[in-house]
Amino acid sequence: MTIDLTDTTTSAITEAVTQARRRLGGPASGMVLTLIIVTDEAAQYDAVRAASQAGREHPSRVLAVITRKPKGESRLDAEIRVGDTGPGETILLRMYGPLGQHADSVVAPLLAPDVPVVTWWPDEAPSSPRADSLGGVAQRRVTDAAASDAPKEMLLGLATAYQPGDTDLSWTRSTPWRTLLAATLDQPYPELLSGEVLAEAANPTADLIAAWLSTRLRISVPRGESAGPGITEVSFDTPEGKITLARPDGRTATLSWPGRPDRRVALHRRDSADLIAEELRRLEPDEVYGETLHALAGGNGQ
Amino acid sequence: MTAEPGDPEGLIPASPSAIAEQAEAASGALVNPLRDPRDRRIPRVAGPCVLVMFGVTGDLARKKLMPAVYDLANRGLLPPGFSFVGFARRDWADEDFAQVTYQAVKEHARTPFRDSVWQQLSEGVRFVSGSFDDDEAFDQLAACVKELDAERGTGGNYAFYLSIPPGAFPTVVKQLKRSGLSDSEGRGWRRVVIEKPFGHDLASARQLNATLDGVFPPEAVFRIDHYLGKETVQNILALRFANEMYEPIWNRGYVDHVQITMAEDIGIGGRAGYYDGIGAARDVMQNHLLQLLALTAMEEPVAFDADSLRMEKEKVLSAVRLPADLATGTARGQYSAGWQGGRQVRGFLEEDGIPSDSRTETYAAVRLGVDTRRWAGVPFYLRAGKGLPRRMTEIALIFQRAPHLPFAATDTEELGQNALVIRIQPDEGITVRFGSKVPGTAMEVRDVNMDFAYGESFTESSPEAYERLLLDVLIGDPPLFPRQAEVELGWRILDPVEDFWASYTKPEQYPAGSGGPASADAMMARDGRVWRRL
Repeated sequence: MTIDLTDTTTSAITEAVTQARRRLGGPASGMVLTLIIVTDEAAQYDAVRAASQAGREHPSRVLAVITRKPKGESRLDAEIRVGDTGPGETILLRMYGPLGQHADSVVAPLLAPDVPVVTWWPDEAPSSPRADSLGGVAQRRVTDAAASDAPKEMLLGLATAYQPGDTDLSWTRSTPWRTLLAATLDQPYPELLSGEVLAEAANPTADLIAAWLSTRLRISVPRGESAGPGITEVSFDTPEGKITLARPDGRTATLSWPGRPDRRVALHRRDSADLIAEELRRLEPDEVYGETLHALAGGNGQ
Repeated sequence: MTAEPGDPEGLIPASPSAIAEQAEAASGALVNPLRDPRDRRIPRVAGPCVLVMFGVTGDLARKKLMPAVYDLANRGLLPPGFSFVGFARRDWADEDFAQVTYQAVKEHARTPFRDSVWQQLSEGVRFVSGSFDDDEAFDQLAACVKELDAERGTGGNYAFYLSIPPGAFPTVVKQLKRSGLSDSEGRGWRRVVIEKPFGHDLASARQLNATLDGVFPPEAVFRIDHYLGKETVQNILALRFANEMYEPIWNRGYVDHVQITMAEDIGIGGRAGYYDGIGAARDVMQNHLLQLLALTAMEEPVAFDADSLRMEKEKVLSAVRLPADLATGTARGQYSAGWQGGRQVRGFLEEDGIPSDSRTETYAAVRLGVDTRRWAGVPFYLRAGKGLPRRMTEIALIFQRAPHLPFAATDTEELGQNALVIRIQPDEGITVRFGSKVPGTAMEVRDVNMDFAYGESFTESSPEAYERLLLDVLIGDPPLFPRQAEVELGWRILDPVEDFWASYTKPEQYPAGSGGPASADAMMARDGRVWRRL
């Protein structure tokens, strides 16, 4: 059910949520986290939808913080969805006027007790997520460099501001590639002399994979450009020839290894629900991301 | 591919990298710089391999195994080039078998169907037609997997999944040896997966093991007890050993008794041929229920590796004692015609394929003791049955009553014993039952439940048991697979009961849809206890 409250307060929202739950015949049980989505009216639909889908794996209270006209009277409107979006509950908070600058005062009383808080900026993110008032309450702060106009620059900014608990969806997007690369090197392999990552121009995930490979393998891994879609190839030069993992069509990758038959494997691109679900799976700081980010920033300065 | 069976180069095409491989192999364990224990996003992925499945026409293969293979592929946990070979007595081409697999996946897979995943998977699907005693068919199979090594780079690693009746094991195992399939000649690995029943008593279990032992080393034999692949069963260990609040009361000082139940609402269905002569105790008690008992009662393992876990399980299983008097400490029954879930059903003796004088039990209950300091004097009641009111598997720890109740006797009339219930299936989760004040009364205490449901907290990430177990086989990770010693300990516990029952007349009848035979209730009543309601 959906409940609309206009010009309301947090205590009225809490009351409405409790009543709605009671009417649906059950207390809030098994809620595993609170997810704060900081977004605007244009992007909220997709983000909330992805969060509710992910909510099937991680039942959560989703708080969408939507800032409206910054001028004029302060006002809080709420849209509460319980029961039809999956196991969790979703509250859209529309903030008008100066209240938009004090969103944390609205969010704080609405956090589900006893469970972790995650803040997600699907589009624009603050330059320092941890220092942001909505980022400060969260154990985990999720940004998305790919949504920015200048992804690489945004990553470099995030590297400077990095605090344990920060993470970025462009890193999350790298997981299937990194999994496949790690699995490839589970087998005995020849000495790796250098590597290369090819992707379309604005692809922060490719930047991160290149940085990750070069720190882990201690070889130079330049990042080249291709027509896409997304990342199209990761390759290593070895004394025996080139080991290549190529995915020209965005769906199926082919592993070529000198002297061995080509092997194919599905490697599809994932939607935001998948990404945010992975992000919510582990809430401890992602140290490998932090190291990779630093390596990327350091490498850039050369 | 023209490689001869004896040619090691045939397993992996000759290549310069083979030299590097040998160098690596010589230097011992290889370290993958891309793996980092802190990098929890990267899952374990199986190495290049072929999964050869015998008995692909069976229900299990269609409903569980094939979908599990697809789900693993869809989750990116199968290696590039992974290949899946079916073997059965059907006049099928590769495409026909791929079509069968496709149907099974479409119908039963847990994860969404993706065409690209299926396309890639189907490229590696092969079928070999033949019967188990057909030498030529096995030679074809050997040629087929070699071809896959050459075409798809599966590296000479084969897992054989025997989803077949145990009677066929010796033939198949002999064929695997004869055709050279079981011998890796130092290149690649061989693993064999077998399903319960692991024999029908101690002697036959040993015989079965001997059959395998001559051909596969013990660490290459993976016995699937699919209960151990269930998340809730693995969670018993997390619940007990990752928390502080349960372990202090997990002993005879607080626990009155433990009930482990596996109830099925259906009868034997089409399994008459298998079930007659086996019965509830051999079918599920010897494996699933005793494994649950072991996980519930065992001491903390020093580490969560296969050896430490099995050591603790074996230790506690070896401390299990049967009741002195088997007549009063066990019960068995057969469901008779009755009404089950609103439908009239036949009795066991009237089922197709069951002789009318069958003495096979469809319900078994037994009281076991665990002779350790932790559990001395705490009875473990195990029951398993078919034709019961509903399908349910659970472990219930029933606690002692509070030594003193500072309330008037009338206030606590409705207060039962505290209980901690681990629900294995369906509706996986944990329930804690305790007393609470009824609102509005002066002081009246009544039982209430506190519930944790897996379905609510982690709905979709929960993989099927077979998915987890198949992946563990392909990776070669053994903690969740019982070892021969555990199987033998299970039979050691049950054999005397089976012998006693065999000397007895007939199992008691209980109407299908009821809670089991009266003798089982009487067994509890003698101890001053009752079964939990089904």
